[in-house]
Amino acid sequence: MDILVCIKRVPMVGGRISLTPDGRGVDTEMLGFTMSPHEECAVEAAVRLVERDGGSVTALTLGPPEATDQLRDAIAVGANAAILLKTDGREWGPTATAAAITAVAEQHQAQTGRPYDLLLFGNEAADTGDYQVAVRVAHLLGHPCATGIKQLEVDVHGVHARREYRGVTELFELPLPAVLSVKEGINLPRYPSLPGRMRAKKAQIDEVDPEWQGDGLKLDGLRVPISERRQAAILGHGVEAVPALVDLLERLGVLS
Amino acid sequence: MSQTTRDTTPDATAGGAQEGVAAARPSTSARAVIIGAGIVGNSLAYHLARLGWRDLVLVDKGPMPNPGGSTGHASNFIFPIDYSKMMLELTADSTAQYKELGVHIESGGIEVARTKEREEEFRRRLSVAKAWGIEAEIISPRAVAELVPYLDPDVILSGLHFPTCGVVDSLRAGTIMRERAQGLGALEVRANTEVLGIETGASGHRHVRRVRTTSGDIETGIVVICCGVWSPRIATMAGAHIPLTPIVHQMISVGPIPLFAGTVGEIGYPIVRDVDTNMYERQHGGDIEVGSYAHRPIIVHPDQIPSNEEASLSPTEMPFTKEDFDPQLAQALELMPELLGDERVGIRYAINGLISITPDGHPVLGESPEVGGLWSAAASWIKEGPGIGRAVAEWMNGDKPEIDIHEADIDRFYPFQTTDRHVVSRASESFNKMYGIVHPAEQWADEREIRLSPMHQATRDRGAVFFQTAGWERPSWYESNSLLLDRYGARVMPREAEWESRWWSPIINAEHLAMRDGCGLVDLSAFAVLDVTGPRALDSLQNLAVAQLDVADGRVVYTSFLDELGGFVADLTVMRLSGDHFRVVTGGAGGMTDRQWIVDHLPADGSAQLADLTSAWTTIGLWGPNARRTLAATTPDDVSHEAFPFGTCANIEIAGVVGLASRISYVGELGWEIYVPFEQGARVWAALYDAGQAYGLVPVGIGVYGTTGRLEKGYRAFGNELTADYNLVEAGMTRPSVKAQEFIGKRAYLLQRDQPATATLCSFVVDDHTASDGRKRYMLGGEPIVSATGERIVDKKGRPSYVTSAGSAPSLGQHILLGYLPSELAVVGNRLSVEYMSERFPVTVAVAGSTPLFDPDNVRVRS
Amino acid sequence: MSVVCFVEQDAEGVIVDSSLRAVTFARMLSDQSGEEIVAVALSARARGSGGAGPGSLDGAGRNPAEGSLSEGVGQQGHEVLGAYGVGDVCLLVLPRTVGYAPRALATGLAQLAGAARASAVIAASTDHGNEVMAHLAALSHLPMVANCSEARRVGPTTLQLSRQRWGGSLIEDSVLEAAVALLTVATDEVAPVLAPAASEPAARTFTPELAETDIAVRAIESRDATSGVSLANAKVVVSGGRGIGGAEGFAAVEQLAGLLGGAVGVSRAVTSLGWRPHSEQVGQTGTRVSPDLYIACGISGAIQHLAGCQSAKVMVAINTDPQAPIMGRADYAVIGDVNAILPALVDALSQRSR
Repeated sequence: MDILVCIKRVPMVGGRISLTPDGRGVDTEMLGFTMSPHEECAVEAAVRLVERDGGSVTALTLGPPEATDQLRDAIAVGANAAILLKTDGREWGPTATAAAITAVAEQHQAQTGRPYDLLLFGNEAADTGDYQVAVRVAHLLGHPCATGIKQLEVDVHGVHARREYRGVTELFELPLPAVLSVKEGINLPRYPSLPGRMRAKKAQIDEVDPEWQGDGLKLDGLRVPISERRQAAILGHGVEAVPALVDLLERLGVLS
Repeated sequence: MSQTTRDTTPDATAGGAQEGVAAARPSTSARAVIIGAGIVGNSLAYHLARLGWRDLVLVDKGPMPNPGGSTGHASNFIFPIDYSKMMLELTADSTAQYKELGVHIESGGIEVARTKEREEEFRRRLSVAKAWGIEAEIISPRAVAELVPYLDPDVILSGLHFPTCGVVDSLRAGTIMRERAQGLGALEVRANTEVLGIETGASGHRHVRRVRTTSGDIETGIVVICCGVWSPRIATMAGAHIPLTPIVHQMISVGPIPLFAGTVGEIGYPIVRDVDTNMYERQHGGDIEVGSYAHRPIIVHPDQIPSNEEASLSPTEMPFTKEDFDPQLAQALELMPELLGDERVGIRYAINGLISITPDGHPVLGESPEVGGLWSAAASWIKEGPGIGRAVAEWMNGDKPEIDIHEADIDRFYPFQTTDRHVVSRASESFNKMYGIVHPAEQWADEREIRLSPMHQATRDRGAVFFQTAGWERPSWYESNSLLLDRYGARVMPREAEWESRWWSPIINAEHLAMRDGCGLVDLSAFAVLDVTGPRALDSLQNLAVAQLDVADGRVVYTSFLDELGGFVADLTVMRLSGDHFRVVTGGAGGMTDRQWIVDHLPADGSAQLADLTSAWTTIGLWGPNARRTLAATTPDDVSHEAFPFGTCANIEIAGVVGLASRISYVGELGWEIYVPFEQGARVWAALYDAGQAYGLVPVGIGVYGTTGRLEKGYRAFGNELTADYNLVEAGMTRPSVKAQEFIGKRAYLLQRDQPATATLCSFVVDDHTASDGRKRYMLGGEPIVSATGERIVDKKGRPSYVTSAGSAPSLGQHILLGYLPSELAVVGNRLSVEYMSERFPVTVAVAGSTPLFDPDNVRVRS
Repeated sequence: MSVVCFVEQDAEGVIVDSSLRAVTFARMLSDQSGEEIVAVALSARARGSGGAGPGSLDGAGRNPAEGSLSEGVGQQGHEVLGAYGVGDVCLLVLPRTVGYAPRALATGLAQLAGAARASAVIAASTDHGNEVMAHLAALSHLPMVANCSEARRVGPTTLQLSRQRWGGSLIEDSVLEAAVALLTVATDEVAPVLAPAASEPAARTFTPELAETDIAVRAIESRDATSGVSLANAKVVVSGGRGIGGAEGFAAVEQLAGLLGGAVGVSRAVTSLGWRPHSEQVGQTGTRVSPDLYIACGISGAIQHLAGCQSAKVMVAINTDPQAPIMGRADYAVIGDVNAILPALVDALSQRSR
């Protein structure tokens, strides 16, 4: 089974995000980068499937040349190959991103005569949270698609993907090839081993130069929301505070 | 090093310390505000409380117990060894404190050698361990693998095992110390409180007055900066400098290691320092931590460190840059192939941890010379934290710190040494030497030519090889003098081993002999020249000097300054130029500290003042049997012995320049130090040089001035023989009488004179230099002096005997060592040995006391 | 012209809170333009609802085209939507579809939006809302903007938008140029607000043309018999963090949640350590909750956690560290060891109820 996992390079932000002086981006000078948490799980899911059934995991990202770091991270935990869709620093919207990914998938099919069996995405990117690239790619490729998946089985019949929604378990059964976006919690991603890290260091990264296109959404600027900083009223210390706590619960009307 | 605070501001007494976690009403005043709740700040708070201080406030901008500084990510292991005696003692004290706090686990530690050169280094380290009584042993690869079963013995040549090496819980230690201070009712703790400013008083010498914080202002006369990597930023708020820079130390944690699954506690196997690859590996619970000092120096400016809110981990755990660590992976894998090569274990945590690094590698301690009441306790490793907390607390309390920390004194920096450029350059250059094999005389490659003497071009033209001191480029020897090597042949005492030949040349010894035969010209521009003037100039200096300074105008006095307990503070010469005008001349290395000591003790009313004239006057040394003939050829003035006796100074005319000639000597020859206006220095140098050609004059480097000439005469050097640990009596420098006037340390000095000395400074000759490999080896200093059969020698005060200075004595054809012995062993002819390169070399006590080995009657000097 | 708003219902057919927030948001646009809000609900059958309720359907043989108001949002839902200013309630009838079928829904919305000459289609930024809107965007080749908190029309096809990035840690201001604006609404940012005057919405049904591909992917739904109160909708959430110390410490957390009729939540540290399942994780990458009461036990309050619970009406923190970041967000706090305080609180509450 050949799996394409799409990941995105995002800064590792702390509790407060600082913006660049022009207010159009996150000041990343002192920040590290990672792939979005959901995507770490997508890579892990792909690697597990291939470890079990054989095949290949190709990691793909669309980003600046530095995004090879995240591709190498994917290789360090078991991906076999990596493709960088190299950008020139402009932010790509979801429509353009989906088109570029689709082109790679189509080219793969043209070259090998076979499509990727499974295209895995994170449910949403940690930074922009657009929730749509996977679905758009599915439409462009004509593949069935499910999002927000937290449990995944793949067998000869296809994909059995589950998620919870409002207390209901939703099971999607999709034939292959298929597109899925997954959520954190589907697995506990492994850490890179030292030999894995060394393989990643040497791995070949294929590069593609896709053409940027507009999305209809133009950025004006970013801002940090004003968060109210309260100072908690101290009800007391230790178990002595329990009666006060009970009173509070009563006042709030949560005691039946 | 001042023992009292620099200005007396009444201690604020309002606002008592509040117990409990959330002080309802934060104090608005405090006796002292300690900024930074890392290992140093917590320790300092505890020790101040222990010494009776109350009304202390400890603030940190981060949460407790880990506010986000370097303490929070430290790898927390302690090797007991260091080449610096101060660091070694601070480490020993800290270890004892960690043990008392119950947070020390003795795991043992092993440094492993991958190269022959490193094995040589191990033998030197072993000698240091022996000197200070630290358990250590060189063991085979097989024995290393028995202690560390996951290490591949085929990769290493040997190991240096320190069984007492251990790990500590520094956060816990800090918490306990903080709580103890609170328990004494001495301390209010304010977490999540950021310092916004430090206000200083405007009148006279600036003094701290108030700390502004996000939880209110605090009136105080004392602020202590224990802020690690943030220290420069906080110091700047008060207009002061703490020269250090944050630098990245990379660390990864790999696990879960199946072998460690059964370990009870944090560590079950010794820590490994893979020193030849600049890495360490240490068990931490189920993981192994791999740390590196091998990557490129990554400097982070204190202002670039993210806030606690912005940081994704903690502010000092910066994002890991994998590409910098990648080259180390292979080396780590090579050493521990099975453990780290296991595909099932992963890199679970990886950081670019920020640590502090200073231009000279030492901490920055003491009261700022720039702002009164502003103290620094910065640039400490975990292994020194509690010791530094204690030492600085003692110092703040007006006591002499039990451990001599003058090498860490904040006063030591020249302004150029506090610039970002200098700090960053030194930090970058020293970073990769963290585990390096560093020669004691090793020179910096960058940031050279900061201070150049007026003779610089002339000396450069003679092939001077420059060594740097206090920023000055000083000729150490002259390649042009290589012609002398043939003349003196074997008398230049050539050295066989590369280590002892490094940063050394036999030309030094040839210059020495040429000086003793004819005369030598020395560039002494690095001298600090400090003029003290005013109606109370005499009183002020008398109060500091052991020697009588109330002498006739034109007299030159060599004297020591002491601390209250009679330890050495400085060693210098004082010229009385006129009634209330004194010129103090001291070495460049200690120039700033000596200057500050004098300034700290000048009267507050301005009736005596110090002017630093170092940049106005350059100094040229002229010594040797033909020095007078040479000088006479350039001056119309009478420089005969009768007209210009020893120990006097006078203005004379040289080549049409008026300079101050001072007839003293540090090399045991007739001659003068000649002080010339800086811009005329080159002219005087050239005149003397030319005139001397008829009298066998050669330019002579500092190798002669500082080592060979001095050692033959048994002259003591500050920092080597003269330290706070020993006294005038032990150093053999007592004079027949003690002056009537009071001076600092007099009471102690009088007591010392009344009692038999515990130790006596001796000169030794080496009886046989031949090592087991047949080569002749020459000690460089720091080696343990042991009995003929190899037992350590320790005096009644617990001070071990070691070589304080070592060097050639070409006139004697000997390699001479200086060192203190317990007085009962200080007997001429006593046969002992010195351990060097893990071998014992027989030595004999040649002098017990101060009699010179060369020209014992000082005929030459006084001729 | 109209603003179409997709509304979701719970198992009982009640319109969910997040959809009322989406309607409130839709009103931001319709108030400016005077357009009508068309609320689109699913027929019970298409909702796959098997539960008892006003909109319940039994049997599989009925003609979906017969979908009626009672199968849609119910009378009560109808009134609620009216109170929120909806002018038209449209029941979407999806032929041959049982259960949630996102592409079919999107196709239905696309056709309805066309018929209603919609200038915008709005949904709550929920798993379903985002998924359906993504399909709609892909089908109609239009941009879609997720997690919007504000919208202002500045031109016939131009909107000035504010939307969340980084789970709400940043706000993006941008300009959308689109014939039809497809937006999902950041429900923790937009509070549900009743319309100044209630309307009497018309009710109708809409049956789109569906292709095979539209109904190929659909959810087979099952209700977890053991699941108690759902975390996302719980009125009370009792959350435990690293300070709980271990998996066994969560017994008291569960007991307290049970006594308060609430759900158990955890911090990311807890799931990373394997103490509790990820389904209980509250935060940016877990579940976002907006309970009336949030009790944070031994949670320091990393921003990624706070992003998931900041819209709680009242927050109580129990923590040893009075300086922990959670204290800056909590309304009330008890300082001390959570492992001593929780059992004592459980005891006190149990005795009280007896």
